[in-house]
Parts: sequence; structure tokens; C-alpha cells
Amino acid sequence: MKLLKLVPDHTNLDFMRWRNLALVLSLIATVASIAFTAYRGLNLGIDFIGGQVIRVEFQQPVKIDDLRTRVARLGVGEASIQALGNDRTYQVRLPKPEGPEAASNQVVSKLRAALPQAYPGARVDAGESVSGKVSEELAQDSAMAIGLAMLGIAIYIWFRFEWQFGVGALVTLAHDVAMTLGFFAFTRLQVDLNVVAAFLTIVGYSLNDTVVIYDRVRENLRKYRKMAILPLLNLSLNETLARTVVTSLTVLLALGILMLIGPQVIFGLAIAIFLGVLIGTYSSIYISVPMLVWLGVQPDSFLKTDEKDEAEPQTA
Amino acid sequence: MLEFPKWKVWLVSLVVAAGVLLSIPSLIAGTPYASAWPKWLPHYKINLGLDLAGGSHLLLEADAQDALKQRLQAKEDEVATELRRDPRIDVGDISTAGGRLSFLVRDPTKVDAAVERMRRLSQPLQLTGNRDWDVQVVDSTRIVLTPTPAGTNQALKDAMGVARDVVRRRIDPGGTKEITVVTEGGNRILVEVPGVEDPEELKKLIGQTARLEFKLVDLSADPTQVQQGRAPPGSQVLPMADGSGFMAVKRRVMVSGDQLTSASQSFDSQTGAPDIQIKFNTAGARRFGRATQENVGKPFAIILDDKILSAPNINEPILGGNAQISGNFTVQSAHDLAVSLASGKLPVKLNVIEERTVSAELGQDSIHKGAIASIVSVLAVIVFMLVTYGRFGVYANIALVVNAFLILGIMAMFNATLTLPGIAGFILTIGAAVDANVLINERIREEIRRGRRLIDAVETGYHEAFRAIFDANVTHVISAAIMAYFGSGPVRGFAVVLMIGVVTSVFTAVYFTRMLVALWIRRTRPRELHI
Repeated sequence: MKLLKLVPDHTNLDFMRWRNLALVLSLIATVASIAFTAYRGLNLGIDFIGGQVIRVEFQQPVKIDDLRTRVARLGVGEASIQALGNDRTYQVRLPKPEGPEAASNQVVSKLRAALPQAYPGARVDAGESVSGKVSEELAQDSAMAIGLAMLGIAIYIWFRFEWQFGVGALVTLAHDVAMTLGFFAFTRLQVDLNVVAAFLTIVGYSLNDTVVIYDRVRENLRKYRKMAILPLLNLSLNETLARTVVTSLTVLLALGILMLIGPQVIFGLAIAIFLGVLIGTYSSIYISVPMLVWLGVQPDSFLKTDEKDEAEPQTA
Repeated sequence: MLEFPKWKVWLVSLVVAAGVLLSIPSLIAGTPYASAWPKWLPHYKINLGLDLAGGSHLLLEADAQDALKQRLQAKEDEVATELRRDPRIDVGDISTAGGRLSFLVRDPTKVDAAVERMRRLSQPLQLTGNRDWDVQVVDSTRIVLTPTPAGTNQALKDAMGVARDVVRRRIDPGGTKEITVVTEGGNRILVEVPGVEDPEELKKLIGQTARLEFKLVDLSADPTQVQQGRAPPGSQVLPMADGSGFMAVKRRVMVSGDQLTSASQSFDSQTGAPDIQIKFNTAGARRFGRATQENVGKPFAIILDDKILSAPNINEPILGGNAQISGNFTVQSAHDLAVSLASGKLPVKLNVIEERTVSAELGQDSIHKGAIASIVSVLAVIVFMLVTYGRFGVYANIALVVNAFLILGIMAMFNATLTLPGIAGFILTIGAAVDANVLINERIREEIRRGRRLIDAVETGYHEAFRAIFDANVTHVISAAIMAYFGSGPVRGFAVVLMIGVVTSVFTAVYFTRMLVALWIRRTRPRELHI
């Protein structure tokens, strides 16, 4: 049986030739992404800003304008209504009501009672109501979790490798998170708690790639002490290229299927990870590795560790 | 590489078999095969999260203001009862203004005795040496009781424990349902009820404090003053539950709902309207009997959560400890109130601050689609591995399937909960397991290209690839641990699967495949490797 080889043996691409161009482009993309997110804002779900959402399934097709007028007549505030895939399933989202917490979920109760009256056979499939207090906590906790995960991982890399590698990993992660945020700001896809899980996965996955390449760089630095840094990095990238391609394709394959035929509820999560894998694969090659050149990793970097151990400067 | 002792092979096989056995009950749950599963085999099952099984999730928060108020009222009652005991000390009206209790002692010579008795009422707090109430004398005859912060904290903590039990009794009077009621973070209670699609009923049950009190109506009060909210000393103005105005009642409680032994919905024997039948315990019955004996012909108010339900006349002393509460009830509301009264009053008012409900149909749909998507993506990965690595791809695939069983088995053993994000975590772990095998196999290819001999190449491949696999998995553990700590429900479900998956995928992708490869090489002694 002839086995599939996506990357031919003895591939030798000069990745590092484009490193400065790639760094500049990435920097522009990252800044643009952050600026765009700041300017346009994210489409935050009620998990993070409070409010209420119900999902209704009707027996007959329902016109969105008709539904909108009826909901508006209930006097429950400005509702945003969205069809979910067909004209029988809708999501109605309501802003967080003013006033005491106790009143916050009475609106959902109102809708629950009113919709089946207006549309016989309509049923409320799911309802969520999050108070301002809880949503603030969720937003804070989520931001904290993502930040801490990035930091924790960078510190681990620093311990296992060298400070340059730790910084390189952290910058790579920041790039990935910024780009994914930009994607969500651009597409207006809703950011909810599931998407936070996706962000953490991206952080973990992108690191996975970076770690594999860094591991090879470390190995080669020890093996070829006389080799100049650029050829050495190129060698490491080429040696791990087959693995990078096969793994990324496998994960993209699995996620793509999940995205296309999986339950609608986790579409946001699946697409975020899918995108994160693409971005992560790129950044592990063109950000994490050039960062090493930039931070001055030398062929004798690992020799120094053996001799004077912790004496490295720790500024980042 | 080839040294793979028999006992290790047996041990690995045992782990794999255990994983399969443990996961089967979860896989066949709800199908006709479930009953065919032999009784003597393990029956651990994975719980489905509410997003998959359908149900209601409510997060309740204690109203701290209300807790203080209730504590003050309870103390007022306690103080009044204490001072009336023999030797009686006559005092003026007890004021609750400013969150403190204060009253004048009529006979100045009895101030010291009163202070002494008040001090005895306060409880010492563990370890701190503080007491829960501070007793002081102001202007030589006024006694002031101030709650200490430590006492207030302790009271809130105690109240939350009681509130949790009350909530559980109200939602599940029979104690038969699989509901979750736990306190969270000092002042919150998390309630999860599978199968309930409409949380309104739940919220009604929990929303009522159900503090029942019987007080005499103050007939001396001036009706116009009462409508303006002003009551004579020793009385208070309360609204009628039906919104028909206000009424002045004596502050002193005749008897309260704490002294009930049972409450049930019934019908009024004359009008046929729904009402509630209550029964007092011995002490309550005696107190109620005496109060009604002394006040025959006068009206008394039945008060629920500071609203007057009704104010009937006492026609004759009620001595047996049985009474009916009438009001504007429907059968349902009378039933709800009876359940609330029987379960005891909530020591603190609870507000719903988060609510999530999913219908069982939607959950079922998600499971169905999630399962299909998982199977299809695993199949796609299996085919991809097979065409890429041939025999080594087969090993990787076997490892993949074993990994899936192990994750399910361990989740079942710990009775873990599978949520939608959990399914995503599952897929991610499968990806990580595949990556480990890709790393190993690519390395073996590389070593063979460098001219190493077969066994040597395999050995080096496993050895060199392991470093990166280890580091990559540690980073997964770091992010999973942080997620588990900070994340809320669904995110935590993801983290749990990820953490279990890291362990099982390293075991299957590295150790298990290595065993398969070693057994194959030993059996066939291949001269060359097709990878």
C-alpha cells in the first residue's frame, strides 16, 4: 500500500527568509484587529452583559416582522429577534431590565405565557436570564481565566526552555487571541461562555504547536553547536513540517465536521477553535520562531543554562 | 523496546477492559439493551448536564438587607418573651430603628437585672471571644442591643445552611428527585432540577419567604392615621395582601409559623373555597390557645411575609392547635403556600440572579447531532491516519478508540457530568491523542531516513517524541486547571473532560501503541518498516 506523504522527504523551505515581512504583517494585522475590536465591539451574549434570551419553536412558519410586532406589544423593552436556521425557530433576546434584581426574570415569564397564546402550538425550548451582577462576574472570571492560562503556560515554557522561549510563546499567544477577537468583532458572531472555552483551547492548541517546534529547536541547538541560528531554525521548521501539516489537517477535519453537522449550540465554539488552529499553525511558524532570533537566542544558549543555571536576566 | 514483560501486557489489557466495561452502561442508557446488562457488572453512569438532558438551573442570592431585618425581628420577639418571664421587668415599646433594638426600663432599679438577662440571651461566637449581640445602657435607663459584625456574618452563614435545606424541601417534598441544591460562595444557592422545562413553578416555590405570623388587630388605631401609615405605639401598619388598604396590628406576635407541625391544602367547610389547614406543635398550640382565650370577640390578623392575608374574629378559644388560613387562594396557590409553610420559612429572602432552562427535546437534539458529528469526525480521522501511516496508523486508530472508552469509563466512575462543551472537549482530546501519534510516527520516518535500523528507529522515535508530547500535555493541564477553577458550569464541564483526556491520551497514544508495536515486532521480526 502506498502511504500518503503530504510533505515530501527532504523538504527544505527557507521559512526564515520571510521572517521580517511576516513579523511586520502580523504586527499590522494584530494592531488592526485590536483596533477594530475596540472600535466596533464584540457581540457579547447575555452571559457577559446580562439580559434574557428565549428560544421558541413554532408549529407553523412565522414571519419575523410579525413576531417582532407582537413581542414589541408586550412592552418588554427592545427585543432583538433572530431566526435560527429556519422560519419556525427563533431566538428572542431582551436587554437587561432596569431596576431591582428580582424583576429581572419576570420578562421571560411574560414571554413564556404570551407566545403560546399568540401562536398556538408554540413552545419555549430554552430560556436564559442572567442578571447584571452575575454577568459582570462571568466576564471578569473569563478574562482572568484566559489571562492566567496564558501567563501560566508562558511561565512553564520559561522553566522548561529559556526565557526567550517563554516570551516568544507569550507573544505568540497574545497574537492568536487578538486575531480571534478581531474575527469575532468582524463577523458579529456571539461571544458567550462556550466561546471562552474555545479561547482557552486555542491558547492550549497554539502552544502545542509552538512547543513541538521549540522542542526541536532546543534539540538542534544542542546537536549542532556550530550552526548559525537562521539555518538552524529553518532546519527545525522543516523537520517538524510534516507533523505540523498532518496534525493541523486532522484537527481541522474533525472540527470542520463538528461545525457543519454538529449541534447548532456549539457552532460558535467549533468555529473559534477551527480558526484558532489556522492562526495557531501560522503563528507557531512565523511568530514564535522569528521571536527567538529577535530575542537573541544563540547556539550556546542552552550551554549557559547548564553552567550558571538561574543567572539569566528575567526581564520580559 | 522489545522488552515488554507479560505482566505489563496483562496490566494494560486489564485497564483497557475496565475502560470498556465502565463505559458501556452510559452508552446503552435509555436503550432497550440497558436492561440486558448483567447485574454483576459495574453500573456507573455518566450524568448528562442540563444542556443535554433538559431542565432548569437557577442561581439564588440571599438578600442581605432582608436577612438583617428578619434577624432583628426574631431578636425582638425573643427579648419581649424574656422580659415577660418571671420576675417580669416592665419596659416601654421596643424600637427597631437603625438596625438596633432599644427599649426603656420603667423601673430604674431593674436596669442591671435587665442588662444581665439580655447578656444571657446573646451567644458567644466560637474562637473569636465576641458575642453576637452587644448590650449597652444609654441615658441610664435605655438598653440598646446592637448586632456585632461577627454575629451578623455567622447568622448569614447559618441562614444559608437552613435556606438550602428549606429550598430542597420545597422543590422536592418527597426527597425522591435527583435535584442539586448547594450553597455557593457564602451567599448563594445553586439549584438544578432535571426535567423541569418551565421554571416559573420553581421560582414561585422559592420566591416566598413564607414567614407566617398571627397578631392581634389594634382596634384603638385611628383609621385615617393607619391609611397614612402611622400606627400607635406598640403597633405597626401592614398592607393587605389583596391590595385593599392597610391595617394596624400589635407588634407582639401571638404565635408564628415556626411552631407548625404540618400544613396542607384543604377546602373551607362552609364556602368551599380553597384554604390551608395548619396544625401547631404543643407549645404553639398552648400559646395560640391562651391568646385566643384572652381575646375572644376581637379580630386577629394572619400575616404572611408582612402582608395581611385575612383578619377573622376570634369566635371562641382555639385550643386543639388546629386552624385554617383563608385568603384569596386558588387551589394551586393554596397548595404552594401549604408546601412552603410545611417546609419552614426561609431565614432569608432569595432572589433569582441567573436562570437557564433547556427543554428535553432540544437537549435530545443536541446529543443526537453531537453524537453523529463525533462519530463522523472520528471516522474521518481514522481514515486519514490509515492512509498516512498504514500499519502504524492502525495502531494509532486502535489507541484512539481505546482512548474514547477510557475517557467515558473514567467519567462514569467519577459520576462526572457531560455537557455540550464537554463533547467539544472530547473532540479536542481526540485531536491531542492523534497529534501524539503523528509526532511519534513522523519521528520514526525521520529516523529511518537518517539510516537507523528498524528497531532503533522506532525506539528513538518514541523516546524523542515523548518530550514534546509531555510539554504539550502539561500546557493543556495548565489551561484545563485554570478553567476548572474560574469557569462556571459549562466551561468546567469542558475542563473536566480535557483533564481526564490528557491522562488517557498520553497512556493510549504513547504507552499502549508502543506495546502494540513491540508485540508486532517480536512476533514477526520485520526486516523493513512501511511507514
